[in-house]
Formats: sequence, structure tokens, C-alpha cells
Amino acid sequence: MTATRDAPPAAPAVRRTPSRRTRIPLPLLLPAALGLLFLVLPLGGLLVRTPWSTLPQRLTEPGALTALRLSLQTATLATGLCLLLGVPLAWLLARVEFPGRRIVRALVTVPLVLPPVVGGVALLLVFGRRGLLGGWLDATFGITLPFTTAGVVLAEAFVAMPFLVIAVEGALRAADPRYEEAAATLGAGRWTTFTRVTLPLVAPGLAAGAVLCWARALGEFGATITFAGNYPGRTQTMPLAVYLALETDLEAAIVLSVVLLAVSVTILAALRDRWISAP
Amino acid sequence: MRRARVRATVATALAVAVAASGCGGGDSPGGGGSGTSGTVTVFAAASLTESFTRIGDDFEAANPGTTVVFNFGGSSGLATQINEGAPADVFAAAAPRNMATVTDAGNADGTPSVFARNQLVIAVARGNPRGIRGLADLTRPGTAVAVCAEQVPCGAAARTALDAASVDLTPVTLEQDVKGALAKVRLGEVDAALVYRTDAAAADDDVSAVEFPESARAVNDYPIVALADAPNPAGARAFVAYVRSDAGRAVLTGAGFQTP
Repeated sequence: MTATRDAPPAAPAVRRTPSRRTRIPLPLLLPAALGLLFLVLPLGGLLVRTPWSTLPQRLTEPGALTALRLSLQTATLATGLCLLLGVPLAWLLARVEFPGRRIVRALVTVPLVLPPVVGGVALLLVFGRRGLLGGWLDATFGITLPFTTAGVVLAEAFVAMPFLVIAVEGALRAADPRYEEAAATLGAGRWTTFTRVTLPLVAPGLAAGAVLCWARALGEFGATITFAGNYPGRTQTMPLAVYLALETDLEAAIVLSVVLLAVSVTILAALRDRWISAP
Repeated sequence: MRRARVRATVATALAVAVAASGCGGGDSPGGGGSGTSGTVTVFAAASLTESFTRIGDDFEAANPGTTVVFNFGGSSGLATQINEGAPADVFAAAAPRNMATVTDAGNADGTPSVFARNQLVIAVARGNPRGIRGLADLTRPGTAVAVCAEQVPCGAAARTALDAASVDLTPVTLEQDVKGALAKVRLGEVDAALVYRTDAAAADDDVSAVEFPESARAVNDYPIVALADAPNPAGARAFVAYVRSDAGRAVLTGAGFQTP
């Protein structure tokens, strides 16, 4: 980048820590500062353009509140679903030796790198009306998932679950297995050991994973709009509302974005000290 | 395919005339003869995807050294992007209202002109297995319908048509653009969608189009304009002129548009 030619004005600031002398090398500090700026600047731009004076009345518009409520509900339900299915999966990956474990682990992380829209299409091909399972669900139980709130939860869980599984698996691997062995020698069954020893042991990792999972579900867009469509009150979550507002009313889109940002930051900040801080 | 027989003719002379009449300068010093060169960035309504892709190919053939890059999407979103400073040369919207967003902000170079008109049809699965004959049939129980959100032109047109027919329809989804609505029909997730005639025609392997009388009450005018901040002003004007030329019109009518 030619921009590094403009570096000299910033240089004096680099040398102004005489006492500590940590000597951060410039080739690291500059890109680090740029990286920080790159991540923070767009959020700042959002706040600069926010119409603060009309913010309260815009927030109380029924459309915004409906979308926010739906987002919070679906993200929480999706996190619940991920906990229910993801924790046992993480335990399996961390504690049980079985053939093909590495392949299973790779498969679990696929939704992490898959474009969410592709995830949405894949969900349609399985759970859609003509899908592999969807047709059977419809014919047998009369359940159709696309265009329903349940469909939103499913789409969010699909995209968010890898975050939980990876976090919990990491915590399980880091936990000392001797506690579990000790419990077993004292006569505890496998289920008792899991619920009374293992789970409390990995609680911080579990919570961190759940928060990440929830935040990812809250921001889910691509899979949701592809699989669950967009209908206010039923499947229109905040990110979808932002995207649609962008079509007509930039200010409304900014307001909704700021709300989403505030919710995410609040949750992350509130939980940081308790659970997410590195041990 | 009907469209296949439409073969564009070279319109170099036209491009030269337009470039000559246009403002000189700009940051792309066009190379001699054709008057256009470099990249022309066109923001166009999603419903123009097939016809403009084709027109773009023809335009490139007619102007060697010129590349046309498209950004297809919902007209209103594109208008927002342009007003927020996206580097576009040409804007083609599916409704005057979205064009007005850009012209009101002073971002158009000249006055937009209507180059095509489009009407809604009901897109259904090929062969129309549910026997849908008109808008009223869409309200039958168990019929899942996708409609565009009212914020985008195809949704506004759908609203007008449904009101004209006094049909109270609750769709299962309000799609962000017409291609999204059409995709739901192609995937079999909905039984019907209100889309443009041209979109149904472009997907005639998968869907059938059901015409309905009320669509005449909701005809969409498509305006096009070169943009004030176009990085390639000569290319922008040449492309607009090409779209309105006989060659461009032939592609558009071949795709099912009416041309003025």
C-alpha cells in the first residue's frame, strides 16, 4: 500500500512510551493500528449518521419493535437448540475416540465457512416442501418449515451451532480428565459424571460458546432470508428489516442497525467479565 | 428461444455521435474511433438481468476495448447505493419512483428516459398444476404465494394490481427483489409468485406465466440515466444510447418488455 508513505506524522506517537520500553516494532504496530481502525471506523460511521433526535420515536415504531422481539426470541431459541444438540456433539468429539472423528469435526465446521445463503438453499433442499425430509414431514405430520418462525430458528441454529461446538469442545479438551476419572472411581455413573463434574468444569467455555452462538444467530441474514423468507412478525428479523429499510429509508436502516449493535455490545460487555475473559 | 434470433448490429456511429455531443474530458481519455473505452458500470434493476447482460455483450462487441460491469438488484437499494457514492456510470430502475430518489439527490446527468415497460404475471410451477387462473385463485386455502416487498417496484406494482382486483392476499413471504420471488416458485416452495412477465419468460423451463387483467393497471416504466459522478461519462452516455437504439430495443422486446 502506498499509504505507508504517509507514515511519518504518526511516528512520534510511537515513541512516546519512554518508561516502559516495550519497543513494539513499527511493522507490527502500524498494521495493528490500521486493523483496529478498519474494524472500528465503520461502527463509528454508523453512530455519526444516526439521527439521534428522532431515535426514540423511530424505535417505538411497531415494525422495529416487532423485528427486535422476533430477533431476540429466535436467537434465544436457536441457542437453546444448539446447546441441546451441540454440547453432546462437542463431548463426543472431545472425549470419544471413534473412526472418522477428524472428518466429523471438519463437517461440523463447514457451516462456519459456508456462505449463509448457500446454507439457506441447502436447508430448502432438505427441509423445503420438496426437500428430502420436508416432503415427508409435510405428508406425515403436516409440518412445513419454510416461511415459519421455526424455520428462522432452524436457519439460525444451522449457522450458529459450529461456534458453540468448537468453543465447548475446546473447553472439554482443556479440562483435566482426571476429575472425571476420580468421579468414576467414586462410583459415579457416566451421566452423573457428565452433569455433576464435566459440565461445571467447562461452564465458562460453555457460556462463551453460547454467547457467541447467540450473537451469530442474532445477526443471521443469508440463510434466514433464503430459507424462511421475509414476513413482518413471522420471519422478518432485525437484519432482514435493516436490509429492507435500506430499500427506501436509509435513516430507518441506520436506526435498526444501531439497535442491533447496541444489543450485541451490551450482551457481550455484560457477560465479558463473568464468563468470556480468558482464564 | 425467441431471444436467440435477436442479434445486435454494430452501433459505433451512434456511440461516436453521443460521445461527441457529450461533455469532453472526464478521467477516461477515450481512444479515437469508438469514443468509448474502459469499464462502464451499470446499476440495473434485478428484472433486467437477462436482457441487460445480453445488451452488455452486444455493446462490448460494438465497442472493442469496452467492458460492461453490472450490479443487478432491487431498484431502491441500488438508488441508495448510488446516493451513498457507489461508483456507477448508469442507473436503470424498474420504477420512476426509484429513479426520482437519484435525480432528486442531484446525481443524474440529464433527464432520465423511459426505455421499457413491464407488466406483472402470476408465475406458477410449469404446467400450472394448481390451475391458477387469476389473482382471486391465490387466496385459496393452502396456496403459498410469494410477493415482492412493497418497497421495491415489483411489490408496489403487485399492491396496485391486488387493490385493483380487490383481492386480500396474505403472502408467505415479501421478497427483496423479483428474482427472489421467482426463485421460490422454481424451488417449489411457493405455489405462485407475482413477478414480471420478463422474469417468467426467462425462467420458462421451470415456470409458466398466468396473465391476469389487473396487471394492465400496474404497468412499470423503466427509466435509465447516465450518472453525474460517472467515472466513465462517455461510456455511460454511449451505453444509455445503445439501450435505446434499435438493437437494444430488439433485445428488450425479445425478453418480453414493451418498448416506448
